[in-house]
Order: sequence, then structure tokens, then C-alpha cells
Amino acid sequence: MNSDIGWSGLGISAALVAIALGISAWQHLGVERTLLWSSLRAAVQLVLVGVALHFVLAAHRSIGWSWLWLAAMVGFASLTVWLRARDVPGLLPLALFAFTVSLAVTLGVLLGLQVFPTDARTLVPLSGLIVGNSLAATVLVGRRVYEELRDKRGEVEARLALGQSARDAAQPYVRSAIRSALIPQIETTKAVGIIFLPGAMTGLILAGVDPLNAVRVQIAVMYVVLASVATTTSIVGLGVARRLFTSDHRVVRLTRKAE
Amino acid sequence: MDVEPRFEFESVRVDGRNAGSPRLDDLSLRVPKHGITVVVGPSGAGKSTLLRVCNRLDVPDSGVVRLDGQDTATLDVLALRRRVGMVFQQPTPFPGTVRENLAVAQPGLSDDEAAEILARCLLDRAFLDRPATELSGGEQQRVCLARTLATRPEVLLMDEPTSALDQPSTFGLERLARRLSGEGIPILWVSHDLAQMARIADLVVVLMHGRVAQVAEPALLVGTAPPDVRAFLASDAESDGSGEHEQ
Repeated sequence: MNSDIGWSGLGISAALVAIALGISAWQHLGVERTLLWSSLRAAVQLVLVGVALHFVLAAHRSIGWSWLWLAAMVGFASLTVWLRARDVPGLLPLALFAFTVSLAVTLGVLLGLQVFPTDARTLVPLSGLIVGNSLAATVLVGRRVYEELRDKRGEVEARLALGQSARDAAQPYVRSAIRSALIPQIETTKAVGIIFLPGAMTGLILAGVDPLNAVRVQIAVMYVVLASVATTTSIVGLGVARRLFTSDHRVVRLTRKAE
Repeated sequence: MDVEPRFEFESVRVDGRNAGSPRLDDLSLRVPKHGITVVVGPSGAGKSTLLRVCNRLDVPDSGVVRLDGQDTATLDVLALRRRVGMVFQQPTPFPGTVRENLAVAQPGLSDDEAAEILARCLLDRAFLDRPATELSGGEQQRVCLARTLATRPEVLLMDEPTSALDQPSTFGLERLARRLSGEGIPILWVSHDLAQMARIADLVVVLMHGRVAQVAEPALLVGTAPPDVRAFLASDAESDGSGEHEQ
């Protein structure tokens, strides 16, 4: 199968956006502009990324460019996390740390044990999967820990007043936040293959790879995502909680942001 | 008052959110080793803050708080908080059964020990299996008291503990406090209710603007009160007495 759909193929597929636009107009959903804007934006962003990847992944290019790509991705992802939850104190450095550790652990296993070869073609997409899939969960856990400890301050102080350490007093709330962030990923992992075919595998099959090979890669990718989500959410959850207490086990003052 | 106090505050200052309006302002006070000391005062006088510096949920910006002669700043804070139990204005049951609530305070507590503590708070053993968050307000507050007693505190801080309760529950908790103080646990009780003060106090401390305005036995309070305290006592005192959490 020829996996190159060409620019004309892309243009034809864009006609599918017209179906969504038509439904929106027919049902008076009022999202036509947003639909059009997001479709165009996605296309432009991906084409730009494609051009950049074309440069980074060129055969003679130094792998240093891939590492640079990875560093930039961590920076942008951390910035995105911070922008989505600005009232959570210290989230930017925490997200930077969490993504770095998560990449170090998962890439360390996959590349260190030579599951995948260490080259630009594995490094860049794998890092994208790891960071991209952890992003939403990282935002969720940061916000949730902050809001729980702010809204349940009375309960937390009652725990402290019983002589619990800050860490013990925060634990039920941190645990519940990490659990909520992990559950969607666990559910997705359970449903894979039955309810939907995941992106990496679909892409590989469309590109002409043997389905069994594609499945093996997909399973490895799912495990990577699970590990990276668990790592980033734990680091961010525990880190945010830590910043909300003083060293002598008091709750720092938390203000409710005006909505 | 005892020669050796349980708590001693020496020139304690706790700054407020706004500069120039401290929550406690150069406050000095000696809290006796026995009985119930009731702290009253208008909203924003620093009553809750006074309690919170006793177990270091708040820390003074200057001055010293001593427990049995020892500067609390030099004590291990977690050990201090187990010696100085606190019951809050709003009941704070944790999710889970009453047994699990008590276990937060004292892991490994046996059912017999737990039942004994509940009995001190006039709750029977059957409460152990009940979800703490589904109890009535009065029962929740007694569970919170029981939870605090599970740490075997030497002193109790009660921060307007009846403000969320109905009258029968309020009287029940007051009787309980009297019994505990009779067992030798001194209580520092913040109240916005002057009738309650008259019912339970062995000693009254009136706070105004973060300072001690008067310390007296209830019977002598009005007769010896300075004019501003007399005005406060004469007022209904808490038209605004929603039991603020002064911070």
C-alpha cells in the first residue's frame, strides 16, 4: 500500500470537515467558526511540525537535533501545564522536573535495554508520546491537589492538630488526585483493541507495516504511556502538596482565585 | 490563678494580612493548669488566633508562647500537637467510619479502647461502625472530641465548638467539657456566647483588638471591667458573632 496520500488526498479528506460544518449549521450548534479555525490551525501546526521533523529526522542529521527537540518539547509542555493551572504554586519547575524524570525513566528502559534503537526516528516520536499523553493528567493532578487542600483546609488542619505530619495529612487528598488522573489512562488501556484501535498502531498499519509488528509496538507504547502518566502525576501531586505546607507542618495560606 | 501556668503568652504578636492590624498585638497572658478558661471578645479580636498559636497552627511573629514553662517554638511540633488537643468550630469528620476516624489519631487502637473513649464523649460502642460524615452535627462534634482525646492530650483547645450545634447538643458538649476538666484536663475555650461563658467558665479572658482587655472570674467580671469591656459585655455581643475564623 502506498502510504503517501499526497496533497490532493489531504484536500479530499478536508471535505470531511465540511460534513461537521454542515451538521453544526443544520442543528444550530453555533460552532462552525471554531470548527473551521481548529481544523485549519491543526493543519498548519502539523505541517510546520512535519517540516521541522523532516529536518530533524534527515538521515545525515546529528542526533543532537533530536535531543534539542526533546528539550524544547519538555519546555513547551511545562509551560502549557503552568498556563492551564496558574494559581497552583510552583507548577512550572515541578512540571519541568516531572517530564524530565518521566522521560529519563521510560527512555532509559526502552532505549537502554535496546527495545528500540537510539536514533532520531525513535527518540522524537517516543518522547512526543510520553510528554503528550502525560500532559492532561499532569494538569489535572496539579489542580486537584491544590483545590482539595484549599477547599478542605479545615479537615487538613484537623489532621495536623492530631499530630499528623504534613505529608500524612495531605496523603488522602494526593492519593485521590493521582487516582483520578490515572483512571482515564487505565480505562483507555483496558478498552484498547476492543473499542478502538490506537493511533500508533493505526498509523503503522496505514503505513504498510505488518499488523503483528504494529501491535507489538502499540503494546510497548501503551506501557510507556502508563509509566509516564504514573510518574508525572506522582511527582506533581506530591510536589504541589509539599509546597502547600511549611516546614513546621502548617498549611500555607491559599486564596481562591476569582472566577 | 496558679503560680505556674499551663500556657504563658509573653508579648505575643501575630501580624495580620494587612500591615498595621495585627491579629495578636503584644499579648501577655497566663492560662491556669485547671478548669475551663473561656476567651471572649468581639469579632476579629484574635480569639481563634490565640488558640492556634498554642499548638503552632499559627506562629507568632514575635514573643514567646510557653507550655509548662517550655517555649513551644523549641518543642517538636508534632509531639506538641498531641499534647495539646484541638476541637474546631465546624465539625471535621474524616471520610470513613468512626473507628477509622479514631485510628487517624491513634493507629492500632483496639475496639475496647475506642469504645472507652467514645463513652467519655457519651457515644456508645455501636457508633464505631457508623460513617462519621453521616452523623448529626452534635454527634460529629463529639466524635471529633473523641478523636482528639485518643491522642491523650494534656490540654484541650476548643475553638467555638458549639457554634454549629443546636441547643441540646451545645449543652451536651458543655457538660462533657466540665467533666473532662474535672478529670484534670484544662480547657481553653473560645466562645462568642456570653451566656455560655457564664455557664462553663472558671476564668474569663476578654480579648479586644488582639490584646487582653481583662482577666477575671465570671462573678467578678462585670464589676471589675474597664469601660470598653463593659460596653462589649453589655452589647448583645454577637450580632455579628458568626464565629469568624480570624486569620
